[in-house]
Amino acid sequence: MLSALFFYLFATMCVGAGVMVIAAKNPVHAVLYLIFAFFNAAGLFVLLGAEFIAMILVVVYVGAVMVLFLFVVMMLDVNFAELRAGFLKYLPVGAIVGILLLVELVFVVGAWLTAPDLIRDAPTPPASEMSNTQALGELLYTRYVYLFEAAGLILLVAMIGAIVLTLHHKRDVRRQSVAAQVGRTRETAIEVVQVETGKGLK
Amino acid sequence: MTVGLSHYLTVAAVLFTVGIFGIFLNRKNVIVILMSIELMMLAVNLNLVAFSAFHGDLVGQIFTLIALTVAAAEAAIGLAIVVVYFRNRGTIDVAEIDLLKG
Repeated sequence: MLSALFFYLFATMCVGAGVMVIAAKNPVHAVLYLIFAFFNAAGLFVLLGAEFIAMILVVVYVGAVMVLFLFVVMMLDVNFAELRAGFLKYLPVGAIVGILLLVELVFVVGAWLTAPDLIRDAPTPPASEMSNTQALGELLYTRYVYLFEAAGLILLVAMIGAIVLTLHHKRDVRRQSVAAQVGRTRETAIEVVQVETGKGLK
Repeated sequence: MTVGLSHYLTVAAVLFTVGIFGIFLNRKNVIVILMSIELMMLAVNLNLVAFSAFHGDLVGQIFTLIALTVAAAEAAIGLAIVVVYFRNRGTIDVAEIDLLKG
C-alpha cells in the first residue's frame, strides 16, 4: 500500500517535472526541473529494487551531466526569448503527434503479455542472499566484462572528443616560457659597456 | 491496488511522449532539444529497469548501465559541439545551422 502511494507520488512528480522541462521559459529552470525529474525517476528505480541504478542516476546524471548542462546554459550569452518564438505555432502539430504516439504506446503496453515459460538469462538472486549492487557486480565483471571495457572506451573517446572540440589557443597572446627564462646564462643576459663621457649609449 | 509492470510502462510512455512533444515545441533551441532527448532516454531506462525487475532478470539493469554511459558521452559531445558552434556563429538557433549547405 505504501509502495503504491510512493509510486504514484514519484510518477506524478516525474511527469510533471518533465512537462515543466519543455514548458519553462528560462532554460536554467528547465535544467533544474530536469534534475527534479531525474531524482523522482531514481525514486521509481528504488521502488523497483534497482538501488544501484538509482544511485548511479543521481551521482552521474544529476551530479555530472546536468551540471554540465547548467554550465553551458549559463555560459552561452543567448537570447532565449528569441529562440522561443513559434512556440505556439508548433503546439497543434506537436500535440497531435504526441497524443497519437501516446495512444499507440498505451495500446502496446495495455496488451502486453509475458510468456509464462520465459527463460531468464541471468535470474535475480533473492534479496536475502545478495544485494542488488553485488549481484550486478558479479554479472558485470564476469560475463559482461568486455561490454564494461567498451563502455570505458566510449567514455574515453567522448572525453578526448570534447577536449579537442572546445580547446583552442588564442593567437597573438604572449605566453610565459619558463624553459627560456631558466635557460638564460650570464653571457646572453648582460654586457659590460664602456661609456665614453658625454656621448651616452647608442 | 498493486502496482504492476503496466503502471511503470505507462509512466515511461508518458515521459517519452513529453520528450517528443518537447522537440516539437522548442525546435529552435538546441539545448532544450538535448534536454528532451535526455527525458526520452530516461523513459527508455525506466522501461528497461521495469522489465528487469518484473521478470527477475538482471541483464536489463546491465543494459541500463551501458545505456547511461552512452547517454553521458552523447551529452558531453553534444554540448561541446553547441559551445563551439556558438563561439563560431554567435547563435544556437537550429534554423540557422546550415553551414554544410555550402
